[in-house]
Amino acid sequence: MYAVFVIFLPFIMAALLPPVHRLIGDRLIGWYVMAVPLILFAALVRLIPRIADGEIVSASYAWIPDAGIDLAVRIDGLGMIFALLITGVGTLVALYSIYYLSPRESLGHFYVYLLLFMGAMLGVVFSDNLMLLYTFWELTSISSFLLIAFWYHRKGSRYGAQKAMLITVMGGVSMLAGFLMLYFMTGTFSISEIIGMRESLSGAPLLIPAMVLILLGAFTKSVQFPFHIWLPDAMEAPTPVSAYLHSATMVKAGIYLVALFTPLFGGLESWFWSLSIAGIVTLLWGAFNAMKQNDLKALLAYSTISQLGLIMSLLGFGSVALSESAAGDPTAYAAAGFAAFFYLLNHSTFKGLLFMVVGIVDHEIGTRDIRRLGGLMSFMPVTFTFAVIGSFSMAGLPPFNGFLSKEMFFGAAVDVASGQPFAGGAEVLFPVVGWLASVFTFVYCTIIVYRTFLGPSQPEKIDRVPHEAPKGMLVAPGILAALVIVIFFFPNVVGKYVIGPAMSVMFPELSRQADLVPKIEAWHGFNLPLLMTFGVIALGLLLFITFRHWKKVYRVAPFRWTMDSIYRSMLGAGEAGSTILTDLYMTGRSRDYFAFIYLFFLVTVGGMLFLTGAFDPDFTRGPVGIFEISFVIIMAFAAIAMLFVRSRITATLLNGVLGYSVAIFFVFFRAPDLALTQTVIETVTTVLFLLCFHFLPEWKPEDSPLRTKVVNGIIAVGAGTLVTAFGLTVQGYDVYESISGYFEDSYKLAGGSNIVNAILGDFRAFDTMLEVVVLFIAGIGVYTLIALKPKKGGDDVEGK
Amino acid sequence: MEFHMIILVGILVTVAVYLLLSRNMIRIILGTAVLSHAVHLLLITMGGAGEGGVPLLRESDGPYADALPQALILTAIVISFATTAFLLVLAYRTYEESGSDNMNTIRRIDRE
Amino acid sequence: MKENDVILRTVTRAVVFIILTFGVELFLSGHHNPGGGFVGGLVLSSALVLLYVVFDIETVHQGVPFDFRKIAAFGAVISLLSGTGAAVLGKPFLTQGFGYFDLPIFGLTELATVTIFEAGVALTVIGTVVTIILSISKDV
Repeated sequence: MYAVFVIFLPFIMAALLPPVHRLIGDRLIGWYVMAVPLILFAALVRLIPRIADGEIVSASYAWIPDAGIDLAVRIDGLGMIFALLITGVGTLVALYSIYYLSPRESLGHFYVYLLLFMGAMLGVVFSDNLMLLYTFWELTSISSFLLIAFWYHRKGSRYGAQKAMLITVMGGVSMLAGFLMLYFMTGTFSISEIIGMRESLSGAPLLIPAMVLILLGAFTKSVQFPFHIWLPDAMEAPTPVSAYLHSATMVKAGIYLVALFTPLFGGLESWFWSLSIAGIVTLLWGAFNAMKQNDLKALLAYSTISQLGLIMSLLGFGSVALSESAAGDPTAYAAAGFAAFFYLLNHSTFKGLLFMVVGIVDHEIGTRDIRRLGGLMSFMPVTFTFAVIGSFSMAGLPPFNGFLSKEMFFGAAVDVASGQPFAGGAEVLFPVVGWLASVFTFVYCTIIVYRTFLGPSQPEKIDRVPHEAPKGMLVAPGILAALVIVIFFFPNVVGKYVIGPAMSVMFPELSRQADLVPKIEAWHGFNLPLLMTFGVIALGLLLFITFRHWKKVYRVAPFRWTMDSIYRSMLGAGEAGSTILTDLYMTGRSRDYFAFIYLFFLVTVGGMLFLTGAFDPDFTRGPVGIFEISFVIIMAFAAIAMLFVRSRITATLLNGVLGYSVAIFFVFFRAPDLALTQTVIETVTTVLFLLCFHFLPEWKPEDSPLRTKVVNGIIAVGAGTLVTAFGLTVQGYDVYESISGYFEDSYKLAGGSNIVNAILGDFRAFDTMLEVVVLFIAGIGVYTLIALKPKKGGDDVEGK
Repeated sequence: MEFHMIILVGILVTVAVYLLLSRNMIRIILGTAVLSHAVHLLLITMGGAGEGGVPLLRESDGPYADALPQALILTAIVISFATTAFLLVLAYRTYEESGSDNMNTIRRIDRE
Repeated sequence: MKENDVILRTVTRAVVFIILTFGVELFLSGHHNPGGGFVGGLVLSSALVLLYVVFDIETVHQGVPFDFRKIAAFGAVISLLSGTGAAVLGKPFLTQGFGYFDLPIFGLTELATVTIFEAGVALTVIGTVVTIILSISKDV
């Protein structure tokens, strides 16, 4: 119950937001929203000791039991890390947004989307059912779409939102396919059950395809190369959103997914190589591209891409611990997994901090283009301090938490390079590439600090007088900056209580045999990782100073062929292709559509009757009364005459003849209710026709070419013949017993002796109710068509 | 009796489909009306035309005519009335906006 | 339509009440005899339509001052709500109940919840049919 409450509180509060907003107004609504993550954060922190003891808080309710889909929620150590980020950073972002967003914005929308995202994200990390996970997963994509497009009047926002949506949903759908494969192999959607089947699944033919598809989901969400292209465009979102979704939480959902499935796939060779290579390539490519950005937010976006690659590669290194053929102590490899979580936490603190700093600069100066900034240190001393803390931590310098995790990354990369058990050879490149990327990281961190806050001031290029941000806006980044330093000095508290439980979820077997929480120390002697850090600083400074001279390298061909242009041409080709395809059958002529429908009917039903040999007409003619046969003849003549009459009034009256004759047949066939209804309806329908003729012109003879008429005739005769053949065939069969006998008990079951009425009002009342609704909708439709038509010369509805 | 009814249904369907394939909006709407007549007759014929007594328990002691298709048809009659009404109004509003009751002309106006 | 003749108006006045009575009779007898919500509602609405045809809309509106769109919505809601009672009692949605009661004047009478449901159906039919006809004729 508790666990379910955690997920649904944001949704409930989002539903209540509009009335509350009306009640308390724009000034206070942000505080209302901030209360949600704050309450949840407090609730989760209270749970930490229990989770650290290895307890798992779970709850399960049947949702769609027939399909094995339950509302199964499970709070364990792994979900906890992410949930703490979601609620913790969520609180700070909500606080920050109160000062960042002007009350003129549509705050109601913004906060509803934000809460929607929060709930969806908590759902992702706490679901214990694959389908539930998938549902929340896509909900995060949708809320991210809505938040990126928040300033939807900008073209860039709409483009970025669409791009993010297309790429992440594509990944989400392939992930769904992977989930279904897992379901076929295991027969369950329960994640904990599937993970428990590791042994029996090894060697299953669908295991690798399922893994690839699930990884596609993780890689698109966590912006791994080459799916990283949506993140820079997503920077069109308001900065609090970028700090929250696109650096601290949503883009880490892929990391979560990989960690979640590590107990299942970890140890597989392909799992190790996919994660490591994708991660390392992303790490290098992101860092390399970050250096050339002029927009501070774009720079941070590429740096986020790069660091997500780093975390992904660490998870790959860590998965070696689960391989049976790994040489040496598996806990040494598991340390890479520990480093991944540690880096994940640290990244959320310093990257969140830097996004908020950039937001402040943008908010107070009016631009975040580094070509127009510089020398802001004296105007914004507090912001400057925050920027230094965030950047130096990201660059991996002491005394900030980034230093610790960067060293651990170097250590893990060196360990893997020296002894991973799989055939390959690429592993020796991992520490080298990782180190090079760290040099680039150092360069762009220096760019952030130097080009924005130091260097020459350029007041002529900015429109406003620079000044420090309001105090309220500095609270949230201040807390993050404090965390960056506190974690450096007390890393082992975090390691024991937050990361340890997650490690025991990711390595369930190993954690029972050995303690997987290494002691983190800032000083560990002169070893290789420390030397690598010195190298980073030295080469980084050199590259930064000489940046102007080697900048030309970005103009070299391979770096210009961006993934972006591939995406754009694919999108264009897709649109053009579907236009051609759609134009083939969407001709805009109702006649063609009807022709398609009846040809399809002829081919499928007729073909089926013919192919299966079911066509077996029953030509026996029962006794016929003189009245019945004369009405059959009357109807046949009336119908055929409708095709030839010259005036629409005659045609309508002939339709009336048909209708009243049908009523008479209902009398013949012992259906008094039908006869009554048909008579009244026919009268009202005829009145309606005549009323509408007041507005419509007399019909002209069909002006279609003869060829069309002949084709139409063939289709019509075909359809009529097929229905006749079908009817005669069915008439001859008596395969199933009639169920109508049941309804003849209507007096006992429903207290009515009119069987038809009892069926309508009691046995099948649900159908009748829906029918009433359909009738009502038709009435509304007629009314709106007439009453709400645009006035001549007034505003067009579509605003053309 | 069933044989004759099914032949009649076939004729009605032929006429209805031919009307549906035409260009004039009124013809199309009349086509839907004729088609629903055909379907109602087909359904009640399939339920055993004219066999058994009126499905009112107080009127006779059975066997009764099959009440299930009757209930289905009653629903269908009302629904087809609703759709016919909607189509008629749609047709006349379309004529009011476009000045034509010819589907091809309307298509041209729509594409512009 | 001022030129409608006196005979038509006089006859209508009498006939409308006969049709209305017939409609109510059909509606109430539906449980055991031919009739029910649909037919009852249709006959009642055709009586109203006749009124609108013979007299003009304003005159009828003074006598029958209802908004028929609201009647249609009201009917749909009634038929929906009549089913929720069963759902609350743990039966499938829209299960109808019935019982026999000895009432003072009527004697032994059957009372069934299906009547409420049928009333909803009838009101929706009346509301929708009249709304359709009125919308079109008002647009002249």
